Amino acid sequence: MNNNLKILLNGLIKENPTFVLLLGMCPTLGTTSSAINGMSMGLATTFVLICSNIVISLIKNLVPDKVRIPAYIVVIAAFVTMVEMIMQAYVPALYASLGLFIPLIVVNCIVLGRAEAFAAKNSVVPSMFDGLGIGLGFTLALTLLGSIRELLGTGKIFDFAIYPESYGMLLFVLAPGAFIALGFLIAIVNKLRKS
Amino acid sequence: MEYLLMFIAAVFVNNIVLSQFLGICPFLGVSKKVSTALGMAGAVAFVLVLATIVTYLANACILVPFGLEYLRTITFILIIAALVQMVEIVLKKVSPALYQALGVFLPLITTNCCILGVAILVIQKDYNLLESVVYAFSNAIGFGFALVLFAGLREQIEFSETPKAMKGMPIALVTAGILAMAFMGFSGLVK
Repeated sequence: MNNNLKILLNGLIKENPTFVLLLGMCPTLGTTSSAINGMSMGLATTFVLICSNIVISLIKNLVPDKVRIPAYIVVIAAFVTMVEMIMQAYVPALYASLGLFIPLIVVNCIVLGRAEAFAAKNSVVPSMFDGLGIGLGFTLALTLLGSIRELLGTGKIFDFAIYPESYGMLLFVLAPGAFIALGFLIAIVNKLRKS
Repeated sequence: MEYLLMFIAAVFVNNIVLSQFLGICPFLGVSKKVSTALGMAGAVAFVLVLATIVTYLANACILVPFGLEYLRTITFILIIAALVQMVEIVLKKVSPALYQALGVFLPLITTNCCILGVAILVIQKDYNLLESVVYAFSNAIGFGFALVLFAGLREQIEFSETPKAMKGMPIALVTAGILAMAFMGFSGLVK
């Protein structure tokens, strides 16, 4: 159990996919125009990560080495399709605002990266915790970036008003703000990690 | 005329990297030198147009007639993965020179989200085959344009003094942000 907790924390902090490994930048920048969008994208990715890690660690001995990457991609794509259909059915508004980025979870390098680096070498339970840890680390980063952009851009966090919207810098909700906010956030994380 | 407007819209107004956030990984990963950026841009242009044609046909001839639209994500990613492999093998045999220039970038392209993204976008926008090809080609040019510009900027940044914590990725991201801001100047150019 202690070991699993370590795997979980490793994904959440030490190997945080966004701030430390710098993976999965497309959804990080594309879906964080508000805190709620960022968090939903993170949770959708977490679901795919946990499920694909479990399945891949189960089938790792059945799949010949040469075709393992296509096989993993099919597993991942199956779970992404499930997430897509579930979101379309139960949260259509969220599905519409995340749009293209839901099917694009398939090509998120974090998911395939964890399958290859962790699930293909470990048994089911640690793989599940690894998926959970990395997924939550990703969710944390996306929620943080989404909150910052929403606060600076519109004066709200999770639609809760902090200051009047007319003082907001709209730039941070638009595309350039995503790059700039993430740049400074990574710089702050770098600074904290050194000290 | 219609196609020209589509081209301008895709390259400048809705640039695939700087305003739609597709293909950020290669945009940040292979933009340290202009020469490698050019190679990547060429490889992406080649695969993007080819993949869009094949996925468009697969969607129109197989998925829609049999009512299998829910398998789109799986089918497309498999087609793209197979296509990249094939392009690599064919290129190696037919044109070793081109393979030398683009070869290293080809395996990276399977997980480049702009390929799958554009393939899905043309289906969502309900384009016909010719429009899809023009759209894919324009986006490929837009991607290359942004990538080469960004690589040029990064080559300059290498020589300037940046604060320690900002070195590497953070300063690159802020630069990309300013570049995206410059591209915002084109908005309104095409409806």
